[in-house]
Amino acid sequence: MTDNAVPCTVKSPVPLQIGDAKTDTSRPGVYVIDVTFPHGQAVKIREISFKNYYTAFLMVRLQKKDPGSPGGCARWVTCLKNHPLMSSPHTEEGSQDYFSIYRHQMLVDPDDVTSVRLILRQPSSAWLNFTLEDIRIHQCASDDSERDMPAWFSQLTPVDQVPDLQGLPNPQTVASSIQQMWALTEVMQTNQTAAPIGRFDVDGCYDVNLLSYT
Amino acid sequence: MEEGAELSVVVSQVVQRLRGTHLHSHLEREAKECLHRPEIRIECLKEDVRNFLKKTGWERKLQNAVYRELHVLPQPSHAAAPPEHTKEPLAYMRKAQACWEKRILKSLNSMSTELGVPLARKRPVREQKELLQKWSEMGTNEPDLSHFRPVYAPKDFLEVLTSLRNPNLDSSDEASCRSHLGLIQVSLNVKDIPEMREFFCELSLEKGQLGIDDHTSFPPDLFESDHICLGKKVLSEQDSAAAQQYSRQGCPTGLRAHLWALILNCSNDPEDVMHYEQLKAGVINHDLLVDNLIYKDVKLTASNDDYYFVFEDYLYQVLLCFSRDTAVLEHFNYSSATPPTCHTKGQSGAEDGTSVYPPNGVVPFHGFSMYVAPLCFLYKEPSQLYSVFREMYVRYFFRLHSISSSPSGIVSLCLQFEKLLQVYLPQLFYHLRETGAQPLRIAFKWMVRAFSGYLATDQLLLLWDRILGYDSMEILAVLAAAVFAFRAENLMEVTSLAAAEAVLADLSTLKVMPLLQIFLFATVI
Repeated sequence: MTDNAVPCTVKSPVPLQIGDAKTDTSRPGVYVIDVTFPHGQAVKIREISFKNYYTAFLMVRLQKKDPGSPGGCARWVTCLKNHPLMSSPHTEEGSQDYFSIYRHQMLVDPDDVTSVRLILRQPSSAWLNFTLEDIRIHQCASDDSERDMPAWFSQLTPVDQVPDLQGLPNPQTVASSIQQMWALTEVMQTNQTAAPIGRFDVDGCYDVNLLSYT
Repeated sequence: MEEGAELSVVVSQVVQRLRGTHLHSHLEREAKECLHRPEIRIECLKEDVRNFLKKTGWERKLQNAVYRELHVLPQPSHAAAPPEHTKEPLAYMRKAQACWEKRILKSLNSMSTELGVPLARKRPVREQKELLQKWSEMGTNEPDLSHFRPVYAPKDFLEVLTSLRNPNLDSSDEASCRSHLGLIQVSLNVKDIPEMREFFCELSLEKGQLGIDDHTSFPPDLFESDHICLGKKVLSEQDSAAAQQYSRQGCPTGLRAHLWALILNCSNDPEDVMHYEQLKAGVINHDLLVDNLIYKDVKLTASNDDYYFVFEDYLYQVLLCFSRDTAVLEHFNYSSATPPTCHTKGQSGAEDGTSVYPPNGVVPFHGFSMYVAPLCFLYKEPSQLYSVFREMYVRYFFRLHSISSSPSGIVSLCLQFEKLLQVYLPQLFYHLRETGAQPLRIAFKWMVRAFSGYLATDQLLLLWDRILGYDSMEILAVLAAAVFAFRAENLMEVTSLAAAEAVLADLSTLKVMPLLQIFLFATVI
């Protein structure tokens, strides 16, 4: 899954509050985190994963490139509304858990996305700070047609044509016997047990004088 | 993750764990032997073998084993979550647990160096023979334990819990509605009273309970005889899940031992007896410092107790073997604790490795033997007593002496107790707080020991029926609050912690189930 993580720039959280951020004594209850992709690329998102740090509710907005309109101007859409991360904003449950938001949970299909905006809310005044850490965007695996085919692929004989064997064994029988052998090795591998033996001494010896502090 | 993907992960984890167990080899052997039977036909071999296993009760055994694994399997975690996150998600609790463990290690190391006793050594042959002869009467040994001190007592642990702080919590001086008036200063999610009523719905006033409705003044036809019949039926079906549900209304005394063994999926097969004998050999071969701590603990607690002193020999036989059981190490996958490590040398001197000390990773504290003592009333065979105790420890008791955010963990129980008292008896709570007798200081020792040694034995076993039935220890917090509610009038007149302790010193006359029922369902806030 981490192979598909797209490199992106995560900007630092911006608080939204009325009044001056520096002089106001009350803490902000809303932060906005913007995530942009380098070189203005448009991404087809499969998953957004992150580690929570005391954020209660999450809203996700996407900036999508509009392919239809000329000039390709982008528009913002909401794809996740008020998703709860903590079961209660005042208590610890879910406060430091890892989460993933998948395509099928989103209101809009996250295709051709140029920018992601995460809006964090924490209505409880119990916590000093809240944010999301380790934000990653994973994209969908690309189609095979985009990859280059190796040259020898095109030199294979099609299935219908009878190959010119010249004394070699029939490829079908070879393939089926190799499959049987592979199945046997799989059975052998999976039959290994992870059950421990249960001995605690090393070679009959268990002389301990000091416990390690690591 | 989508539900289908999560389910297949759980299934493959359970399969992995059950592979290679005794049950797996038994099932394979049964399946092979049933091929000789006439009713097994080649055309539908798979179906016929499956039906055969179902008829002979093997499928039920597999079901029970899967049910047991589901109890101890940690929640499926996110792919990016490191293993320490599965043990304990909150970083500051992990840190506190690590500090606490380091203190215990230091204490053990210094005890070993001061007294000149090695942490572990091989017993000389003469000593091994002596111990083997005296195995069933180790209570007659009178070793010199005067220099050994318990590594820690519950009140030391309470100090650690009260100093637990979340660095992200706003604890400014101004009192607000969210201030914690009790000793515990963390904001864990605990059930409130409506949620408790729903969770413990089988304890409600209109349902029958053993502990209330089996009193001699009630005719047995009302509830007791039906309940006993139902219990016998559950036992004949050998279904773990049904036994767990049944146990919520109490287990009859005559059936309790079998029902608990069924719920915990503990059998007394030859393999289990052999495992116990292997552990016994480990005790005979090696002498651990921890053994002296166990001796001291038994002498100080269980031997002085009116109910449990007769079981002193059994307690040694179970606890010494428990310390050598490496199977207990598995529970550290879902516990916030980490076992202490040490360096060991092989006999040839060439192999140098890291081992766990003691072999099961659990350092006993003052009062640990009280977890085993009540079970001695149920099981006579040391091997079965041992396997039931071990299963109860790795499912429940380990949470009572480690710092974690689990709902059954001791931190949650303490917070729940304090919150229940504040909601139900605010005047009492305020009064006790003002006189310096914070209620948790008195109730903590009850909860850490799961009330063992404080209640009368029959009442304690009724309480532990519900722990098994609900698979949760929240009932301990409810009972602690119910005891305070029961003695509220006397407590309102105390003026010091010592006086409050005196009022609550003797719980041996209390009846547990009426207290719980009234507190949960019949008290108006």
